[in-house]
Amino acid sequence: MAENERLARLLLTSEIEAFFYEEADLLDLRRYSEWLELLHDDIHYWVPMLRNVKYGSHEQYEETPTKGGISWIDEGLTTLTQRVQQIETGIHWAEEPLSRISHLVTNLRVSKVEGGWEKPTAVDTRCRFLIYRNRVETETDFFVGKREDSLVRQGDNWKIIKRKVILDQNVLTAKNLTFFF
Amino acid sequence: MTKQNGGKDPGYFLDLEEGVVGRELFVSEELYEREQEQVFARAWLLIGHESLIPKKGDFFVSRMGEESVLLTRDRKDKIHVFLNSCPHRGMKICRYDEGNSKVLECPYHGWGFSLDGRLAAVPHQKAYMDVLDTEKWGLTEVAKLANYKGSIWATWDPEAPEFADYMGEALLHLDTVLDSRDGSEGGSIVLPGIQKCIVPSNWKFGAENFVGDIYHNHSHASVDMVGIGPSGKGRRDDEEMMTANKTIMRCWNMPMGHGGISSLQLDDYPYAPVYRDYPEIDAWFKECYELRQERLGKKARLLGAVGTIFPNMSYHGTQPRSMFVWHPHGPNHMEFWRFYLVDKDTPDSVKDVLRHYYMRYSGPAGLTEQDDLENWNYATAASRGVIARRRPYNYQLGMGLRTRQEGIPGDVCERLMTEDNQRNLYKTWDRFMQGQSWTDITS
Repeated sequence: MAENERLARLLLTSEIEAFFYEEADLLDLRRYSEWLELLHDDIHYWVPMLRNVKYGSHEQYEETPTKGGISWIDEGLTTLTQRVQQIETGIHWAEEPLSRISHLVTNLRVSKVEGGWEKPTAVDTRCRFLIYRNRVETETDFFVGKREDSLVRQGDNWKIIKRKVILDQNVLTAKNLTFFF
Repeated sequence: MTKQNGGKDPGYFLDLEEGVVGRELFVSEELYEREQEQVFARAWLLIGHESLIPKKGDFFVSRMGEESVLLTRDRKDKIHVFLNSCPHRGMKICRYDEGNSKVLECPYHGWGFSLDGRLAAVPHQKAYMDVLDTEKWGLTEVAKLANYKGSIWATWDPEAPEFADYMGEALLHLDTVLDSRDGSEGGSIVLPGIQKCIVPSNWKFGAENFVGDIYHNHSHASVDMVGIGPSGKGRRDDEEMMTANKTIMRCWNMPMGHGGISSLQLDDYPYAPVYRDYPEIDAWFKECYELRQERLGKKARLLGAVGTIFPNMSYHGTQPRSMFVWHPHGPNHMEFWRFYLVDKDTPDSVKDVLRHYYMRYSGPAGLTEQDDLENWNYATAASRGVIARRRPYNYQLGMGLRTRQEGIPGDVCERLMTEDNQRNLYKTWDRFMQGQSWTDITS
């Protein structure tokens, strides 16, 4: 691999990393409206459920399908915006008072690039997340899993156009999913 | 007044004439244990739906009360429900959620069971020296099973009344979920993906909410403001139908503890759009609505909203259409399972709009249901203390207003706001907990 390309890879990975850290900050600092700005108008935001299936059939059956099936969450910008609006009513009891949330994002890899490493127009990424939620007094949840994101370049900015969240749980051990992954 | 059970203190306080119910019902470990025996080992419980096991050899793992059960379709196409625990040493035989197999083999010592529950394979069988009677060591099967329009129900109690008798006229309300939108009988299927989550709430909060608690609309103000309904406002559009037409909405209940909220149109009205944001979808629903009117005549005027079938099955009749179960999971937790329904022949475009709507409304990520779960969570938590337990809950709303309404099966309350259904639910619960005979419970 040419030196230039190695450098370009490093720079791009670092740029995407910074983007995700900033995103995590917006969420954890409860700047939800600004977070919505990072989303593409056509975003597909999908959290399938994971089923216990026989060895060899994971690829086909482990995840609940987005086409014709039910997931934990499967939506676009309209519903995501409504989630933010609901929190902002101040009477959304599941998030009132607001939870204390921290997103840890790690193991980031840029798995696909369009337009070349130096002037990419779109990227696919993979990473791990750990979301800590603490609410009211002692209520505490940990959510751990994998995230597959697709970002596209719009002017000077990246926009998230696809987020697939593999939450490593079967029966959800938490009572709800009021936060954003 | 504490109800007496053969002179003995039943361990809980319940005075339904006064409209008060003791908090220990929602927090007591001892009552919870007794519920397992008296309620969940006797009552009819929802297991799932036949569409989850369409082919011979299909199985689906469900629950009855606290226990894991297997819903299977054997090679003769017969549906069964078994306890998911090996008769040999108790191992949970199947730890997949679903699948297809000729034999279910226990991972521990290898006993194998065919999908009709027979013990079909025993490793080292010769070493049993003919003592082992394989006929006697099949899977533990439920006492009775019913397939009602595709929904599968079972009970462990051989003395239990038949499902149709247990349900009575509540079936007419349940039909509003299970029948096709065009009014033809049955024809629903469960969409792939069953939502399951653990909520720190006693299971009865779910049951009593869906038995007909119109009073709690207060807690959904935030979602109503945001407007997730399929006409871009509120959270459902049945209200649209009601303002367009003369419709009365009433809470109904049955002697067995079942109850719900249904609407009755006072005449044969034309369709009012309830999916305004999706004209194509609305056209499909309009067509179905008209076919249903044609098919059912006056009976089509009954529209279901929500309901609870005693003890722990609930449903949403129209928007969002689903069946769910509040499985007990210790006194302070429940495991909440939700099955979403569509008509088998629903066009893909309609199905897609519906599933998105179902998910944004319901379940742990649903904008509506999150607030319910929060309330039930903290109601359970704040009722545990010794001082808290001295104060029974108030169920006095709509006392003494029980009446009948032609066209709505069951007893109804004259006014929309009532807790008559909750009082009725706990009356049945009390009868079960006292260990009454089925004759007494059903009288």
